[in-house]
Amino acid sequence: MAYTEEELKKELETKEYEYGFYTDIESDTLPKGLNEDIVIAISKKKEEPEWMTEWRLEAFRAWKEMEEPEWANVTYEKPDFQNISYYSAPNKKPKYNSLDEVDPELLETFKKLGISVDEQKKLAGVAVDIVMDSVSVATTFKKTLAEKGIIFCSISEAIQEHPELVKKYLGTVVPKKDNFYAALNSAVFSDGSFCYIPKGVRCPMELSTYFRINQAGTGQFERTLVIAEEGSYVSYLEGCTAPMRDENQLHAAVVELIALDNAEIKYSTVQNWYPGNNEGKGGVFNFVTKRGLCEKNAKISWTQVETGSAVTWKYPSCVLKGDNSIGEFYSIAVTNNFQQADTGTKMIHLGKNTKSTIISKGISAGQSQNSYRGLVQVNSRAENARNFSQCDSLLMGNRCGAHTFPYIEAKNKTAQIEHEATTSKIGEDQIFYCNQRGIDTEKAIALIVNGFSKEVLNKLPMEFAVEAQKLLEISLEGSVG
Amino acid sequence: MDLKEKLVSSFMAFEDGLDLDHPVHEERSNAIKNFETKGFPTKKDEAWKYTSLKGLQKIDFSIFPKQETTLEYKDVKKYFLHDIDTYKIVFVDGVYSSYLSETTHDGVDVCLMSSAFSKPMFQQVIEVYFNKAASKDESLTSLNTAFSKEGAYIYIPKNKMPKKPIQILHLATGNEAALMLQPRNLIVAEDNAEVQIIERHQSLTGNEVFTNSVTEIFAGKDAIVDYYKVQNDAPTASLVDNTYISQKDKSVVRVHTFSLGGKLIRNNLNFYQNGERIDSTLKGITILGDKQHVDHHTLVHHAQPNCESHQDYKGIFGDSSTGVFNGKIIVDKIAQKTDAFQQNNNILLSDRSTINSKPQLEIFADDVKCSHGCTIGQLDEEALFYLRSRGIPKKEAKALMMYAFANNVLESVRIPELKARINKIIAEKLGVRMGFDL
Repeated sequence: MAYTEEELKKELETKEYEYGFYTDIESDTLPKGLNEDIVIAISKKKEEPEWMTEWRLEAFRAWKEMEEPEWANVTYEKPDFQNISYYSAPNKKPKYNSLDEVDPELLETFKKLGISVDEQKKLAGVAVDIVMDSVSVATTFKKTLAEKGIIFCSISEAIQEHPELVKKYLGTVVPKKDNFYAALNSAVFSDGSFCYIPKGVRCPMELSTYFRINQAGTGQFERTLVIAEEGSYVSYLEGCTAPMRDENQLHAAVVELIALDNAEIKYSTVQNWYPGNNEGKGGVFNFVTKRGLCEKNAKISWTQVETGSAVTWKYPSCVLKGDNSIGEFYSIAVTNNFQQADTGTKMIHLGKNTKSTIISKGISAGQSQNSYRGLVQVNSRAENARNFSQCDSLLMGNRCGAHTFPYIEAKNKTAQIEHEATTSKIGEDQIFYCNQRGIDTEKAIALIVNGFSKEVLNKLPMEFAVEAQKLLEISLEGSVG
Repeated sequence: MDLKEKLVSSFMAFEDGLDLDHPVHEERSNAIKNFETKGFPTKKDEAWKYTSLKGLQKIDFSIFPKQETTLEYKDVKKYFLHDIDTYKIVFVDGVYSSYLSETTHDGVDVCLMSSAFSKPMFQQVIEVYFNKAASKDESLTSLNTAFSKEGAYIYIPKNKMPKKPIQILHLATGNEAALMLQPRNLIVAEDNAEVQIIERHQSLTGNEVFTNSVTEIFAGKDAIVDYYKVQNDAPTASLVDNTYISQKDKSVVRVHTFSLGGKLIRNNLNFYQNGERIDSTLKGITILGDKQHVDHHTLVHHAQPNCESHQDYKGIFGDSSTGVFNGKIIVDKIAQKTDAFQQNNNILLSDRSTINSKPQLEIFADDVKCSHGCTIGQLDEEALFYLRSRGIPKKEAKALMMYAFANNVLESVRIPELKARINKIIAEKLGVRMGFDL
């Protein structure tokens, strides 16, 4: 029987969240609510030095004065910030040297996700800093990295052991008063990853962290800081899945990337948090601030595959400060059912001969809303700045929406900026062409969606591509593969 | 007293000279209330992010001109498109000049809003169309609605076409140190009617002029409306031009905007497609220098299936000028098979010039063809070299390339004399003499 688009739609609607399960690990949770005492308590629990506590308090005071932004093209019930527990860490805080020592329950969790540490260790040679409810509980390949002088640890460890680095760079790219969610994160961040690549070192493996929101009612506030010294290179992977929960969970992360002269950072994300059920109930709120700073000849490349979350509000940005620096943004955003995504990038050209590329692919199905919002800004001293942007949207059904809000601001006559956007559906003629070559409709749709996203999928590191494919399947199964 | 207070308080004085029982008057009262609540838009409003009216609000504009001025035709002839015969509706400092005008009631009505408001024979048209397309929410449109009294009134009945194009000319004499004008135009082309209109605002001196104009255009089934806006005003003249267009089945409306001079120009061009198989065209050429500022704000709302829209805006920005383009296309759920195209190309000539572009799509239907493109760049060095190697001086070569750049927009101008005139203005702007017409 021929597989029609109608059937595909039906299948998409009824597709359950495959990774919805809940791991029962004892957690140490602070009381709900947010005030200065809670901020101090978090800081204390983490045994942080005084300057860090002060830093958090400053951010908290700024946050109190701020209002939640409303300009994004999303509607949702605002989280009650006093009804969230701001700290939860797995009770047993084990330190392992080998996988055998790891809590078997935890290993089971990753097995279910198909990303077991074991498998990765063997197949990909990936060092994984697993973040389970905010505190890192397992770190592998640390020794190999240490030989090269690379520091890859949780941010709380970095605060203890490398305070000079944290002090120097934390909050320099995303200031603590940058925006509402960044300020909140600065005040209460529980953990995250820290990565430091010394001068001239090429990181021999892909660094990665897997995030999971596990404890019910716990907001997850991750803080990531990646510093690439002069002439160094690192590829960093971040992937997330969350268990099925009915109440909305808040995730407000901050990621800061610093690429010094001639350094290169490649940051890839696969995000597949619980998007809510097919009636739009539940799901994760994903309000993330990600920004990178490029010094001379540096390059930062963001790649993201966004398939989950009920509401996404995320603009990985590049500040191209140094001459000849390069910023890249590759994104696939898939929304289904009642998901809403307002995502895009900012490319701020400050230095001479800076280049940026933006490729954004939006796929909307069900009753979802998918927006691209981007800013390309060329300042008056940015001679010969070059930008190319392409935003394509694919619509499935007429109950979803696709929107583009590109802001283009040029203040230099030598700037060359191109922006293109298209919106289309899967063409009947395309399907017909495939059919008459003996490819059934299901396969044809898969082919077309694959082709549509290929430009971005190709940018993912090999080790991650399999995962990305898998996550795309969850949102659009039946159309992929 | 700031400009807002001044406007609100002079509304009462304005009311004195009007028929308060006229049905339109209620619209005016509601509109002034809306303006009073909202005030002038500020940079905090998303739609006014790149354009500030702050400077204008500091100027002490007189709202009603104190004296009438007569002008000699020979002194203002150059502002008319005088090489062809046209109907003319001319206003001097906001007051109708019968001496310079040529109106008609022969089959079609080409006359004034003031008479359309007062004479019973026009009452039905006013009731059906007046303030029906214009926004009741936007504060500057409300301000205009509140003070709506004078402007052009053009009514083309079914299957009619006026014998010649119509020119609407607003002249400001500079008798007042600073003058605010609020013309209100209503253009109705009934089913299968056709009309061509050229609109121009011109200040004759270096005194400040601020025009807040609203034009409503209604195109019936199969109607064709061509509207040309020539904006080549003095460097002290500011213009906020609000145009609302409501189209029915199979109608064609083309609006060309030539923004070639002025202090601050803001064009709000809104198309509402209320029928099927509609064709809407929005084109513009912007060439600016000095500290001029032009903001093109377009909206095409595709509310019915099988419609098309074409947008093409070209901008060349020199000196410290600023250009803004914000094009919005909305495609409703039911508007399947929409074909919407939007293009915005810009060239920056100076390090001090700025362009802010925001091409925006909001799409709710799946079976559509929507695309937009935006580029910012400069003249191609290689092409320039090619021309110069063929013996064309640098200045002419540059001008030639800029001509070519803007030519797409000029191609669809259907009045050859107007095309020639625009060409001439562009050549003047670029400081060259071209040995040919495009």
